[in-house]
Amino acid sequence: MQRTRRLIIKGGVALLALTALPRALIAAAWPQKTFALTTASEALKEYLGTDVTTPSDKIDMKVPEIAENGAVVPVTIKTSLENVESISIVVEHNPRPMAANFEIPPGTLPKISCRIKMGETSDVMAVVKTRTGVYSIAKEVKVTIGGCGG
Amino acid sequence: MAATIKISVKLKGSIADVKSLMLHPMETGSRIDPDTGNAVPPHHITQLVFTNNSKQVMVANFSTAVSKNPYFGFSFEGAKAGDTLKVVWVDNTGASDEIETQLA
Repeated sequence: MQRTRRLIIKGGVALLALTALPRALIAAAWPQKTFALTTASEALKEYLGTDVTTPSDKIDMKVPEIAENGAVVPVTIKTSLENVESISIVVEHNPRPMAANFEIPPGTLPKISCRIKMGETSDVMAVVKTRTGVYSIAKEVKVTIGGCGG
Repeated sequence: MAATIKISVKLKGSIADVKSLMLHPMETGSRIDPDTGNAVPPHHITQLVFTNNSKQVMVANFSTAVSKNPYFGFSFEGAKAGDTLKVVWVDNTGASDEIETQLA
């Protein structure tokens, strides 16, 4: 009796280890669908399960007010929110608004910087998912197309 | 390989500041080739994964809206001199590249 119970426990542990292993070895799948959607609301629902975000002043986003070159718009996002799980960059007027998202494991600081493309003047939204909720901040970036500065 | 990735890491105590630069066209798929008049097929990095020793410290998912020759910076805690930081990118055609660097 005792022996079978041990066996079952061992079997269970082995099974758990087997299913957990590939997850640890390879990164989570690239969220193809969220990047294909054409509205910010649909993309957020697909990636985070909701498009309702709480505006938060604990998120700091640095973007240029005026981007002379829409092909290279620097974006830096950091937050003092705790237990951050992911950060997303959403450009509302881009053909496919979800520009990039970053999975933040414990130990990694909730601060990222990268450069994105913008087709036209648009609100850029930083969306931070924590263990307890989804927060955001938005700033408008003006894109001057074909202009020579100004 | 690894000719397409440049990485610089600065250790501040146990925090590692990572800056990386990839060489990649990041084609959206909607740009028209002026010579042929046809759309240039999409060709872009989809995932960029950073692993310190065996711990995954960052997964960046990119769409076509990330600029050509992507720059990406982030920081993580729990780093020490001698750690091995590995960077891997994969693109939508299945191509990939990786580089390893020792923290110092």
